[in-house]
Amino acid sequence: MIRRIFLLLALILIAAPASWATDNAPFITVASTTSTKNSGLYDYLLPHFTSETGIEVRVLAVGTGQAIRVAKSGDADVLLVHHKKSELAFVAGGYGVERFDVMYNDFVIVGPKTDPAAIKGITDVSVALNQIASSGTPFTSRGDDSGTHKKELSLWAEAGIDVVSQSGAWYRETGSGMGATLNTASGMNAYALTDRSTWLKFANKGDLAILVEGDERMFNPYGIILVNPERHAHIKAELGQRFVDWIISAPAQALINAYTINGVQAFFASAAAS
Amino acid sequence: MTDFSAAIGSALSLVIGFDPVLVEIIGLSLYVSLTAVLFAAIIGLPLGAAVALFSFPGRTVITVLLNALMGLPPVVVGLVVYLLLSRAGPFGVLGLLFSPTAMIIAQTVLITPIIAALTRQVIEDLWAEYEDLLRSFGAGPLRALPTLIWDGRFSLVTAVLAGFGRASAEVGAVMIVGGNIDHVTRVMTTAIALEVSKGDLALALGLGIVLILLSVGINGAVFVVRRMAEQRYG
Repeated sequence: MIRRIFLLLALILIAAPASWATDNAPFITVASTTSTKNSGLYDYLLPHFTSETGIEVRVLAVGTGQAIRVAKSGDADVLLVHHKKSELAFVAGGYGVERFDVMYNDFVIVGPKTDPAAIKGITDVSVALNQIASSGTPFTSRGDDSGTHKKELSLWAEAGIDVVSQSGAWYRETGSGMGATLNTASGMNAYALTDRSTWLKFANKGDLAILVEGDERMFNPYGIILVNPERHAHIKAELGQRFVDWIISAPAQALINAYTINGVQAFFASAAAS
Repeated sequence: MTDFSAAIGSALSLVIGFDPVLVEIIGLSLYVSLTAVLFAAIIGLPLGAAVALFSFPGRTVITVLLNALMGLPPVVVGLVVYLLLSRAGPFGVLGLLFSPTAMIIAQTVLITPIIAALTRQVIEDLWAEYEDLLRSFGAGPLRALPTLIWDGRFSLVTAVLAGFGRASAEVGAVMIVGGNIDHVTRVMTTAIALEVSKGDLALALGLGIVLILLSVGINGAVFVVRRMAEQRYG
């Protein structure tokens, strides 16, 4: 009886994961961001790569800060995130091979249509942030060390506002992903900084709308880096390199440009090769 | 209210439409949680029974510990398993992070104390009732152990179901060690969290309704089987 149970257990462990089929196919793990994942870009883009090469791409969608830490421990083969400074530091530290531009879009400030801080249409993001601060209207921040959070903090710093001292007052740090933060903003009619692609795809907009856009400081570039196989021997360098080469190739860049959400182009290809 | 009616609508269309993605997610959820329950039962049932039957130094401490660990926070379990399985961790060479196996390990750790603690209570009560009788047949704790587990099997099913309920409902541990990767480690609860993060609250709630229905179905099936067995074997 007991032997039979153990036999059954062994069978389950061996057979069941294989029956999920994917384990036998070659695959790479890409540490990336919630914004690209939630935009639906990967669901659209990756099947093209997989059908061309037979390589499955497993996307781990977390904040940029966490994605970088995952890649540093060697738990991912490729890093695709959006905070150029951290990406360059990642490569300089010997964790990555080389950074390539992939695409860009931009950040926008969303807020309640009633707009108590009267920022609608302002094109200087520092002025807009100062008005939000002086009006004391709630602003929801990611607060999670993600690329968007890092960007937001640098925008506050440029605007000369110390948000740390306001945390818990009008400045509300959710400590969660972009969607969760937008849900919170929608619930309390607060302002928030978001990347355009997540906003386009976000379904629970409530009373929120885009109020500030177009400042060149809200540029949002994405880069791709192969994790350094010299640091972690198990990194699938060859498969990962094929993915990097593919995504910066002209056909893949054209696919990125062709991706739309509700008829609006979500990302703009920017690889040097194309 | 619109969200609720939309949620029920999306739950119905998911179930009736036999959505292949949903079927895959449910399949993985069941595989992960049921396997974890199996392992947790194999460890937890004898462990709980042993703590109930044998007297040894530190028994009270272990009893309190088992009871306390029933409330293990899933995120903490997830984090610990994550650090152990990460390439930078002690078991990194196995390459198990972000796989269903990692999720099974985390859930096993999470629910073993639940099954062990509840088993301990059941067996201790039975032992109090039958100790004299069993000893008169010359059966000490060691020989009584399988008898008591068999005798308490109907109550122990509830202990195992409690473990399953915990495993299938938690999101914290599987999110961290699994990573919610499409077609690989996405289960019901992480799929719900993902839909919430996309702001699609109706679909998220729809998935939640499906998850509850699934749980009701499994518990109902176990109840029927148990009732039939009780009538047959008393």
